[in-house]
Amino acid sequence: MNINLTLIIQGLAFFATVLLVMKYGWPPIMAAIEDRQKKIAEGLAAAERARAELKDADARVAVEIRQARQQAAEIIDRAQQQANQMLDQAREDTLAELNRLKAAAQADIASMAQRAREDLRDQVAKLAVQGAAKILQREIDPAAHRALLDQLATEI
Amino acid sequence: MAESAEQAAGGGMTEYIHHHLHNLQWHVGSGVFSVINIDTVAVTLLLMAVFLGAFITAARRANAGVPGRFQAFVEMVVVGVDELVRETFHGSSKLIAPLSLTIFVLVFMMNFMDLVPVDLLPWLGRASGLPYLRVVPTADLNTTLGMALTVFLLIQYFGLKHKGPRLFFKEMFTAPFHAHGFMAIVLAPVNLLLRLIEEAVRPVSLSLRLFGNMYAGELIFILIAVMSLGAGLAHGMTYVMGPIQGMADFVWTVFHILIITLQAFIFMMLTVVYLSMAAEHH
Repeated sequence: MNINLTLIIQGLAFFATVLLVMKYGWPPIMAAIEDRQKKIAEGLAAAERARAELKDADARVAVEIRQARQQAAEIIDRAQQQANQMLDQAREDTLAELNRLKAAAQADIASMAQRAREDLRDQVAKLAVQGAAKILQREIDPAAHRALLDQLATEI
Repeated sequence: MAESAEQAAGGGMTEYIHHHLHNLQWHVGSGVFSVINIDTVAVTLLLMAVFLGAFITAARRANAGVPGRFQAFVEMVVVGVDELVRETFHGSSKLIAPLSLTIFVLVFMMNFMDLVPVDLLPWLGRASGLPYLRVVPTADLNTTLGMALTVFLLIQYFGLKHKGPRLFFKEMFTAPFHAHGFMAIVLAPVNLLLRLIEEAVRPVSLSLRLFGNMYAGELIFILIAVMSLGAGLAHGMTYVMGPIQGMADFVWTVFHILIITLQAFIFMMLTVVYLSMAAEHH
């Protein structure tokens, strides 16, 4: 228990240990710890960045999908409108053609009826003239009686 | 334990205790101071070798990758000490944190020798021809005072380095009592005296605190061992004292785990505080 030379030895041994720890022990361990801390911090930051990027990409994708849907809907709308228009146009064209044909037919019919009527009138006039000639027993001079005959024809 | 206690005792309780408190000594020359406590030095050097071997191995293997169990343990201690030092000392120093770590681990290891059964190593020592063996280096005042004096010198070196020699010596005369003119001259010797006392008290209190705790702890282990001194299977008292001794030994060991850790921590913490104070400007 008495103080003796051990004191000096113990003090020096302790000091030597401190020096060794200070020189060879502490710095590499501390450097490793700090390196690892930096690596972990970088890793966390990278993960955070990746997550943010993923979120951005998701948002972009959502926007694009929405736009695509909109465009598709617009295209479909326009196509339907066009189809309707074409259908309407075709119907109108058909109707117009139909009407035109009908009108032409009616006009033909009317002109043919007119012609028939005129033919009939002529024949009737002829028959009337022939009848009258028979009745009078003489030749009616068509030239002399032209006015009379025309009047008769109109009256028929 | 009882058996070896009996063998060691030879002449009863006093002899047994005295024997346990005697260092294995080597007389280098004549005079009280030229004696070396071989057991203290040997155990200390052994523990230092273990500590340095483990720590420097960890340092060599240290990398920023995923740490293994051993590396994680070493790093946990290193980071713990580093944070403590940073909280207390706000400068930058390459010395103070490694010093603190060395003190804590080394003092803890030396204290831990107290938890080795008190008769085991002396018994082994006697078997190999060593008449005395004390295995707790910190229960030897030489160790604690040696460390405290080293710390004391480091404090002075630290103060000189951080303040510069002019301020270092000036503060001896101007702090803690500040004055101007004539009073400054009057107070100078008072300040110097206070400073000297303050500086002298530190290593003394540092070493005596640790030594006292460890010596007392060792002594109590010895006293617990004495309970069954001279016991034999024929004695009735053996059966009474045996369980009591076992119980007491267990309780004191558990309590002592706290003490050895606490004392190692206190030694380290006070060193950090003293060094911080030495670097502070008054």
